[in-house]
Amino acid sequence: MPNYETVIGLEIHAELATHSKLFCNCDAGFGGEVNTHTCPICTGMPGVLPVANLRAIEYTIRAGLAMNCQIATYSKFDRKNYFYPDLPKGYQISQYDHPLCYDGYVDFELEEQAKRVRINRIHLEEDAGKLVHGDVTGDKNYSYVDFNRSSVPLLEIVSEPDIRTPEEAIAYWRAVKEILEYIEVSDCNMEEGSFRCDANISLRPTGTDPLGIRTELKNKNSFQHVLAALKYEENRQTRILDDGGQVKQSTLLYDVETGRTSPMRSKEEAHDYRYFPEPDLVPFEVDPEEVKRLETELPELPSTIRQRFVEEYELPSYDAEFLTATRYIATFFDQAARSSGNPKACSNWIMGDLSALLNSAGQTIEDCQITAGHISQLVEIIQDGTISGKIAKDVIADCFNSGKMPTQVVQDKGLAQISDTSELEVIIDQVLGRNPKSVADIQDGKMKAIGFLVGQVMKETRGKANPQLVNQILRQKLQD
Amino acid sequence: MSKISLEDVQHIANLARLTFNEQEMESYQHQLSRILDYIEKLNQLDTEGVPPTSHVIPIRNVMKPDEKRDLFQREDITANAPSTEQGYFEVPKVIE
Repeated sequence: MPNYETVIGLEIHAELATHSKLFCNCDAGFGGEVNTHTCPICTGMPGVLPVANLRAIEYTIRAGLAMNCQIATYSKFDRKNYFYPDLPKGYQISQYDHPLCYDGYVDFELEEQAKRVRINRIHLEEDAGKLVHGDVTGDKNYSYVDFNRSSVPLLEIVSEPDIRTPEEAIAYWRAVKEILEYIEVSDCNMEEGSFRCDANISLRPTGTDPLGIRTELKNKNSFQHVLAALKYEENRQTRILDDGGQVKQSTLLYDVETGRTSPMRSKEEAHDYRYFPEPDLVPFEVDPEEVKRLETELPELPSTIRQRFVEEYELPSYDAEFLTATRYIATFFDQAARSSGNPKACSNWIMGDLSALLNSAGQTIEDCQITAGHISQLVEIIQDGTISGKIAKDVIADCFNSGKMPTQVVQDKGLAQISDTSELEVIIDQVLGRNPKSVADIQDGKMKAIGFLVGQVMKETRGKANPQLVNQILRQKLQD
Repeated sequence: MSKISLEDVQHIANLARLTFNEQEMESYQHQLSRILDYIEKLNQLDTEGVPPTSHVIPIRNVMKPDEKRDLFQREDITANAPSTEQGYFEVPKVIE
């Protein structure tokens, strides 16, 4: 039996984080009472005129630039016609033959291997409303429509069929999510459905070129589900082909409970959308100067930042990965690293103590009281010997709860390390006087006992003595 | 010779969610074919080098700033709906 190569392409949908909807002024934010973010335009009343949201177009171009796309100089909207109760006009305003962005690519890593998936196109369209089936009144004979999401700007990112494994599909999907979050055009909230994808999958004998017959998995908003569904489809199609059968081109639903896919009831004439230019919206010309401006304003992207953290700050790639999970944490770390001059120490404090504090408080780094300034100052005062690493753990916990700066906490609680030789000598003399046996042991050559004496001094100073200094003074005194 | 077959009429009717009897079907077949004949006349013109046009007035880049204002009461938006329930539009059951 032949070996097969899997071919996957993704269509990713991301709602844009604009204030208002794509063609009217309704609130585009998530939530809100049913049908309260609606107006005659986004509910498709007769005679209304849509006007395009400038920021939505800018966000689309920004996304295109971040994914290395060409930006169209001429673009327009088209009508995609079909009937469904969540689509009040009987057509969706989308883009057909002149998408805003095309011919791009996304680079990412999978198991330390560099991967590239080409982007066929990125276009802008309006989202549909939300359908609720039966659970409003419990009456199973009805469905219910909420148009709050209707006409929220939606990005559609269409990849080329460059993906070869289900794992690679997820890695690519994650990379796109990360980019959209970094450039702040979408919050990519998967639970709220603002980030989802359709996946096409087909198999072909290894080493051959023509694509096999594909099936489509609809509207998924969970990485795990897409991964499981693609793996299931991969196996199912392999079995069909091995048995000499043919895969039937179809749209499938993945059942999370049973872990199987099954065909969706085909919407009649599902693919006869009769696209035509949207007569209510005028075409637009994109000014290359404007594109240049958007390109200059683009923030550093996660893959670039990771590389920089590894090369410039000499961080292990594990740290670099952790510290670029979001743009916020990357900026946070970057500031702390720069101002303290000790990137690895900052990384350790963020990944260690700060993360543990955030976990136990159930907070995120964005909404906690610790700033990059706290971390860099903490690292600095450890470095200059003001406090020990051990005391620093208490200091950061205090800062976390109070929001105070580390130096303030050290001052308020009198935690500064005693590095004053004369002050330490007094305490050491007292300790030596109280422990004649240990002193004798050491003078007999049992140097182990010196550790006990250091411990006694630390105890006496409640951990504030500079341990190196204590050690040094002790040895000097015992030699005399 | 009709440019439009009865199957075409049926297909278009399905897409538009319309139902016709046989007589109506034939009548539309005839009418739609005549429309195509009429449009056919335009093909006599030489349109080589003329870009397809969807708007005759050369206006470009009409856009609105991204400002949100919820100006409508839900009661007004759902007022014309045949049926509502707890603020939702109520529609016949759709099964995925």
